[in-house]
Amino acid sequence: MSLLEVSGLSKRFGGLHAVKDVSFRVEKGTIKAIIGPNGAGKTTLFNLVSGVIPPDSGAVLLRGEEVNGCPPHRIAAMGVSRTFQQIRLFAQMTALENVMVGVHPRSRAGFLAGMFHLPWTWREERDIERRAREALELVGAADLAGADATSLSYGQQRSVELARAVAAEPELLLLDEPAAGLNMRETSELAKLIKRIRERGTTVLIVEHDMGLVMNVSDEVAVLSYGEKIADATPRAVQKDPEVIRVYLGDDAC
Amino acid sequence: MLGSRYARVALFLAAVVAVQLLAHAAEKPFFLTQLTMAAYYTLVAAGLSLLMGYAGQISLGHAAFFAIGGYASGYLTTVDLTARREGPLVAVLARLHVLVPHADLYGGEALSFHPWAAFAVAVVLTLAVAWLIGVPVLKLKGHYLAMATLGFGTIVYSILLASESLGAADGLGSVPPFPLLPGISVGGGRAARVANYYVAWGLVALALLVLSSLVESRVGRALRAIHGAEDAAASMGVDVARYKLKTFVLSAVLAAVGGSFLTHFNAGIGPAEAGVMKSVRYVAIVAVGGMGSLWGTVATSAVLTFLSLRGYFGTLDDAVFGAVLIAVMLFSPDGVLRFDPRGALRTARDRLRGSGVAG
Ligand SMILES: Nc1ncnc2c1ncn2[C@@H]1O[C@H](COP(=O)(O)OP(=O)(O)OP(=O)(O)O)[C@@H](O)[C@H]1O
Ligand SMILES: [Mg+2]
Repeated sequence: MSLLEVSGLSKRFGGLHAVKDVSFRVEKGTIKAIIGPNGAGKTTLFNLVSGVIPPDSGAVLLRGEEVNGCPPHRIAAMGVSRTFQQIRLFAQMTALENVMVGVHPRSRAGFLAGMFHLPWTWREERDIERRAREALELVGAADLAGADATSLSYGQQRSVELARAVAAEPELLLLDEPAAGLNMRETSELAKLIKRIRERGTTVLIVEHDMGLVMNVSDEVAVLSYGEKIADATPRAVQKDPEVIRVYLGDDAC
Repeated sequence: MLGSRYARVALFLAAVVAVQLLAHAAEKPFFLTQLTMAAYYTLVAAGLSLLMGYAGQISLGHAAFFAIGGYASGYLTTVDLTARREGPLVAVLARLHVLVPHADLYGGEALSFHPWAAFAVAVVLTLAVAWLIGVPVLKLKGHYLAMATLGFGTIVYSILLASESLGAADGLGSVPPFPLLPGISVGGGRAARVANYYVAWGLVALALLVLSSLVESRVGRALRAIHGAEDAAASMGVDVARYKLKTFVLSAVLAAVGGSFLTHFNAGIGPAEAGVMKSVRYVAIVAVGGMGSLWGTVATSAVLTFLSLRGYFGTLDDAVFGAVLIAVMLFSPDGVLRFDPRGALRTARDRLRGSGVAG
């Protein structure tokens, strides 16, 4: 059984068919990329998988279980985490606090436990902080822990967002253009980091325009064009696919 | 973090004692009456601070929750059920001492709810109302949420004003004292002034302790995350709707506790307590205290409410709070206690020019 299976997924925005009958699978322990020109529907696909918006038709299966229609926090609780194309850090919170929120699915202290500072929560708090610091360490941002998250540089904010997404050690991680705005050195660091995250047991689905990164890290690549999947194969095979070359690599290899 | 929280509460209690000693030394013991009332209003502000400052959700209807608490306590402790004494439910409640006989206005005997029972009903009723209102209303954001909660407040105000059994425009009177602990009652005139002052501010200290624990907990972080980026919080596993609702209910219950106690202390309550101007006042206090600063809110509430109750603002009372709100929004949207004069000037200049208005 695939970790993630998307079948016949469609989403319209008014007259625009943003995602059109898309099906694919992501096997546990792999890194899969989704590429396609601007407006191809990649982010919409992520929003459908993570429950941010409901599909018009089709299904999203996580470990064989249908999750479309589940709200995003339920899907997060099932081990799916994500980053955003437009960075979405929590303002007026430190980097560490941001990442600590990422541990939410792995902790459980509720309102009453918090209000009365119940002893069992002390240990949980320490555990949350430990996990968060580890995540910051993993992305190489341990020294940013105390900084106000939204005052950091763009690249640092990307790192903190990634740390927040991996802090709960998700089963499936969705990365929406993680290399956007990074320089070459930072991008190659990111490639190593993504591989290390996979080694920790997290399956990765990545949307990315940087072909170097995609070809470097992915086991499989799916290509979207105008909401439709036009290819889904190994990086090598996709690069040679005439249809892909025509609609994507051919005209403008971003 | 833990140490500093208890230290702050201790400091707060020391300030409470200092103010009482000061009032005593200055031979102004009557100040304690308004200070006690201010404490109960401060409970509303503290709860609203959690809702507005941390979870980022506005409510222009919190005076209604205060009034629901006050009216529930006031009504149940003054309603006379003697005539229904033979009814099975009344008989059982009387047997359980939920209903107790007490002297009525005219020297006769009345059968009403014990203040503790009335208080319990007030809390449960508020919880239920806040839950029912919160579910649909909290789906709204920003201005829409403000409007919807304003509408709720207006409805409660109108109902109170129109209900003969709740005293209509006169409200409820002759509400008995609340025997909180043996020897300590909320209410009961001058003799109990000092005790009442300590009960009221002790309650605020307790609320502060509980709320500041919450704010520093996993839930508190999640609330600030909702404030910062709601969709991202949801994608990190935070059940946004549920957290907003629970915060709303918690702050409503705090308001109702304040309302219930103040009604016993004052021996009555009127419909003006549910008025829109009261709700605006609480929002202004939270805004001055600093969005996201419980302690700032409590300090601001204590000072402004006391001055208002002493009549220092005269006929401009409501106008003062309106003006305060405008000033805060213009000069220091994060609150006066976090005031940064240079930043404020910049913000104000941008706003007056109309360029700094973001989303
Ligand atoms: N909420 C929305 N309402 C209306 N249209 C939308 C919405 N979200 C996306 N779209 C449209 O759907 C199409 C697909 O958008 P999407 O963001 O998924 O593309 P993308 O592949 O992520 O592009 P990019 O590479 O630029 O990020 C675009 O034409 C976009 O304008
Ligand atoms: Mg996109």
